[in-house]
Amino acid sequence: MKSITDIIKELDGVFGVVFNRDIQLSEATTAVDVEGWDSIINIELIVAIEKHFNITFMSAELDQWQHVGDMAKSIQQKLPA
Amino acid sequence: MLEYTRLKNNTQKDFSGLMKIKVAMLCDSASQLLNTALRGYGYDRGINFEVFEADYDQIERQVFDNSSELYSFAPEYIIISKSPHKLLSKFYATHADERAGFAEKTIQQTDALVTSIENNIGAKVIFLNFQELNDSVFGNYANKVEISFLYQVRKINLILMDEARRHKNLFICDVQMLTAHHGIHTAVNNKQLISADLIWSLDFIPVIAKNITSIISAITGTFKKCVILDLDNTTWGGVIGDDGMEGIQIGDLGIGKAFTQLQKWVKELKHRGIIVCVCSKNSEEVAKEVFEKHPDMVLRIEDISVFVANWENKVDNIHFIKNTLNIGFDSMVFLDDNSFERNMVRSAIPEIEVPELPADPVDYLPFLKSLNLFETSSFTADDSKRTQQYQEEAKRNTLQQVYKNEKDFLEHLNMVAEISFLNPFNIPRAAQLSQRSNQYNLRTVRYTEEDLGKIAADEKSHAFVVKLKDDFGDYGIISFIILKEKSDKELFIDTWLMSCRVLKRTVEHFVLNKMLEIASANGDATLTGEYIPTPKNGLVKDHYEKLGFANAGNNTWTMDVNTAALPVSYINEMANEKHN
Repeated sequence: MKSITDIIKELDGVFGVVFNRDIQLSEATTAVDVEGWDSIINIELIVAIEKHFNITFMSAELDQWQHVGDMAKSIQQKLPA
Repeated sequence: MLEYTRLKNNTQKDFSGLMKIKVAMLCDSASQLLNTALRGYGYDRGINFEVFEADYDQIERQVFDNSSELYSFAPEYIIISKSPHKLLSKFYATHADERAGFAEKTIQQTDALVTSIENNIGAKVIFLNFQELNDSVFGNYANKVEISFLYQVRKINLILMDEARRHKNLFICDVQMLTAHHGIHTAVNNKQLISADLIWSLDFIPVIAKNITSIISAITGTFKKCVILDLDNTTWGGVIGDDGMEGIQIGDLGIGKAFTQLQKWVKELKHRGIIVCVCSKNSEEVAKEVFEKHPDMVLRIEDISVFVANWENKVDNIHFIKNTLNIGFDSMVFLDDNSFERNMVRSAIPEIEVPELPADPVDYLPFLKSLNLFETSSFTADDSKRTQQYQEEAKRNTLQQVYKNEKDFLEHLNMVAEISFLNPFNIPRAAQLSQRSNQYNLRTVRYTEEDLGKIAADEKSHAFVVKLKDDFGDYGIISFIILKEKSDKELFIDTWLMSCRVLKRTVEHFVLNKMLEIASANGDATLTGEYIPTPKNGLVKDHYEKLGFANAGNNTWTMDVNTAALPVSYINEMANEKHN
């Protein structure tokens, strides 16, 4: 199974492309910690993450995330073991 | 990287020096992403879209209130987008007895919007038609039931086309066509629709932005006029030099059907006014024989305006075609199955469009159709005659070499011109010339048919078109002039443009004589011209100087009407209606 740390590392790359700058995430990172992370760019992020990992999130999941760690856990569950 | 992300990054780039176009967006759902994608796509095409985004769901207020922000922004284009999902909700809220009239009622509202815009401002309206959402209430039987949603939404899209024919300034962005191409599952993302009110998915928004940009580009005069075909393995299967007439694949032989269909499509483009040329590495005789004798060929020798088959390199040959046609490289499309040739042409002539044809010929045509290369903003009966005109031009070029000098040649052409002041019959072609002439155009002021209707009615303006014919054929309307009376006995040349097909025919001398005649008749003392430089009209930089105008500074030129030396023209005027 892919570790949360590895997933977050990959997310750094995905976020970096969407925000067009270097981004360093941690499990505790929330939207307010990243400048420009608003509801519009969030749509783009979700699509970029889904494509990168080749997964699909459920609508309800998106509302439950408190921080990047939750996002990474959602991703981890969907990846093949 | 997502295409949307790429476009968003584009919006951070340097837009200085790009053509500025003011666009207003009126949407009844979230529009920020479309706005971003449109500006990003504009960057690709060299356009700086300055966008006014109306507040969410303000379409009617902005349009019907003539003191609204929309009108003070003074956009050149107004994009109107209405959600098909809201349309569906509205339909469900309509009483069953009234559902049969739902389409008409919707169109009445649209018509009121377009008419109100027309009355307030000269902007062009780009209306996004509706995705034909199937609500699956009636199944296939919906086709037989007038009060089904599918029936009504299809009817709306059909009547919208009639509306677009009626309103010159209304253009349709065919979202339904794009949806059919990409599939509803690509076009709509349910998660984004429910949580963010995004009626199109993030992947589909760039598709719409690209389509809107194509429409606007075509209206502003950037569009394809010519397709150049390679022959072996592009126009037919196999190599004519090796396989011979019986061996090449067209018609029923092998995958010949794929090539036949491609040829049929090219022939339709030709009927629409696209110039078709051939550029092939072959001996001319062998290549032409196929067009003349092969029973299954759809394209015939008379369909081809310029036929180049030799062993020279294709870059030189395309330069030759360009010089013969006198059009820009950016209006040409080159089709070739050979990636070496494609890359060579691409690197030598970056402006030319060279589609990356798929490996399998059966995919050529579907791929080409998906690119939507031949967007246009006008169509007149003249367009379909263009091939003949260019062929006549090729003959004339041959003849020119026989006469001992240019004057001798021009004298023997028996050129006859006919002047017509603007009237309802020539306004469409005059508007088209105004929209698409880039090179021989002194001020490049673009006029629509509506604008020209007003100019025709204005007593202070003299606007006329020139038709030309000679021993070799009829060019149709080739020049368009607007003169405006200024208060101080001055006649100002507002518009002077000419089709490049008739360069070096002394048409400009003929026209100048006509201008001086009009000036005298109106008691004007001075004829004034102005040259406004654009990236494309360097050809006429010295136009006024060559004609003997005096430099008045700031690219302005004047001629004294009473002492002007009449320039020599080899064109005779045909008697025509009087100016009134």
